[in-house]
Amino acid sequence: MTSFDSIQADATAIADSVKTTELTATHTATASLDRIKQLNQALGAFTDVIETKALSDAQEVDRQVATSAYLPLAGVPFAVKNLFDIEGMSTRAGSKINRTNPPATADAFLVSRLKSAGAILTGGLNMGEYAYDFTGENIHDGNCLNPHDTSRMAGGSSSGSGSSVASGMVPIALGSDTNGSIRVPSSFCGLFGLKPTYGRLSRHGTFPFVGSLDHLGPMARSARDLALVFDVLQGPDPMDPAQADKPFLATTTELRNGIEGLRIATAGGYFRTNAEPEALAAVDAVAAAVGASREVEIPEAARARAAAYVITASEGANLHFDRIRSRPEDFDPDTRDRFLAGTMIPALWVQQAHRFRSWFRDLMSKMFEEFDIILTPTTPFTSLPSDTKTITLAGQIMPARPNIGLFTQPISFIGLPAVSVPIWLEGASLPIGVQVIAPAWREDLALRVAHHLQEIGVAKAPVAAL
Amino acid sequence: MSETFDAKAHVTHMQALNELTIEDDWRPEVEAHITATKKAADLLLSFPLDDAEEAASVFVP
Repeated sequence: MTSFDSIQADATAIADSVKTTELTATHTATASLDRIKQLNQALGAFTDVIETKALSDAQEVDRQVATSAYLPLAGVPFAVKNLFDIEGMSTRAGSKINRTNPPATADAFLVSRLKSAGAILTGGLNMGEYAYDFTGENIHDGNCLNPHDTSRMAGGSSSGSGSSVASGMVPIALGSDTNGSIRVPSSFCGLFGLKPTYGRLSRHGTFPFVGSLDHLGPMARSARDLALVFDVLQGPDPMDPAQADKPFLATTTELRNGIEGLRIATAGGYFRTNAEPEALAAVDAVAAAVGASREVEIPEAARARAAAYVITASEGANLHFDRIRSRPEDFDPDTRDRFLAGTMIPALWVQQAHRFRSWFRDLMSKMFEEFDIILTPTTPFTSLPSDTKTITLAGQIMPARPNIGLFTQPISFIGLPAVSVPIWLEGASLPIGVQVIAPAWREDLALRVAHHLQEIGVAKAPVAAL
Repeated sequence: MSETFDAKAHVTHMQALNELTIEDDWRPEVEAHITATKKAADLLLSFPLDDAEEAASVFVP
């Protein structure tokens, strides 16, 4: 019917082709499902594949396209981290325990938004247990691997989201990000990943981790796809008590403005001393490309990270207290021991962390009076070999699992929007992300920078050669 | 402050308080995690916050 390659194409191109009937949604859904069948055993990205319903949904989209219905994501296959409710399926959240829960009676709010826009849900994706993870390793469902080098981690906890998009199984996926779980796998798998402002998107119908830090967002192979999906995902939902009362922010139409007029700086101090050479080179390449000559110190970033760590440990343990007390043997050992320790945290520590959160928010708010964008590495290094237990940064040996998110944690701690932009350094065999951070409620600024970097060829997210 | 923190004693006490099961071979990891959290808390508690600095909250009555 067409020479259009829906595996290599981004979601914007797919939707355009379906809307103009160059392509059918049935064709794109079938191509996605075939790709999943071909690759999933090797990558462990999907835990649940939805075939029959996906094809019937695609046929319905084709019928609607024929009536000229407004469908901005017509025929775009997508998948979601398996902490999103999918009607008729148990929401496992990466765990053994939750998979015996009754099936969800409705799709999560954001899943419904994408489906209403014509996107086709092809399944649920692997993740670190209960999202307490940066590796993508999961003892219950198997490790999710990096399509660019299958001996390495996909990154987590939205591991399947990273692996599925980077391997071309789907052009877009949804993930969650409490401390970096969208941005870390985006960095390791070479994708564009958006963590919106805290409170921007409804989290209703997803299994929580740390309510005061949980965010949801998209991962994709182009910045314009992030914008397109973000525009569709926005909408008020009284069912999420943390959702802010904010007007719709159009981002797709803003991309054409590029970086003109933006005051962009790179972060020094904490964000350089803990970075490996490849992370520094990536930030420097981006800084040079956007003319960011100023380096700024973000004071107390280490304390911000420490505060996020304390809040996460305590609030996560509170959420899982009954489960960790009654069924500790059914947890992944790598999360079990952290949840157990999290039940032992004095309230004093947690309250201090929350008060520091206010202080740090005000500090960063002042910094953003002087700048529009701040750049940092997303991760201190490229993807680690699977089963790496310790890392060495700035001469210190530390556990890998909690420390991969050193650079993402201080940012999500105060809810700032950030896009991880994929950089392939000359001669590199693995990608690494640069974190493009914007002021609260200004996702449009970070997306403009990401899109500009892709347009000029500095950032790219090719489908892995598998 | 972390140098004087007795993680074994803390874990033993809190295990009983919270009625937790901790197998012997899990214990070193649990102790390591609470030690790491104590270190993070020390960093926070050593920072002078103004009395007026309140926790951000999403609670709406």
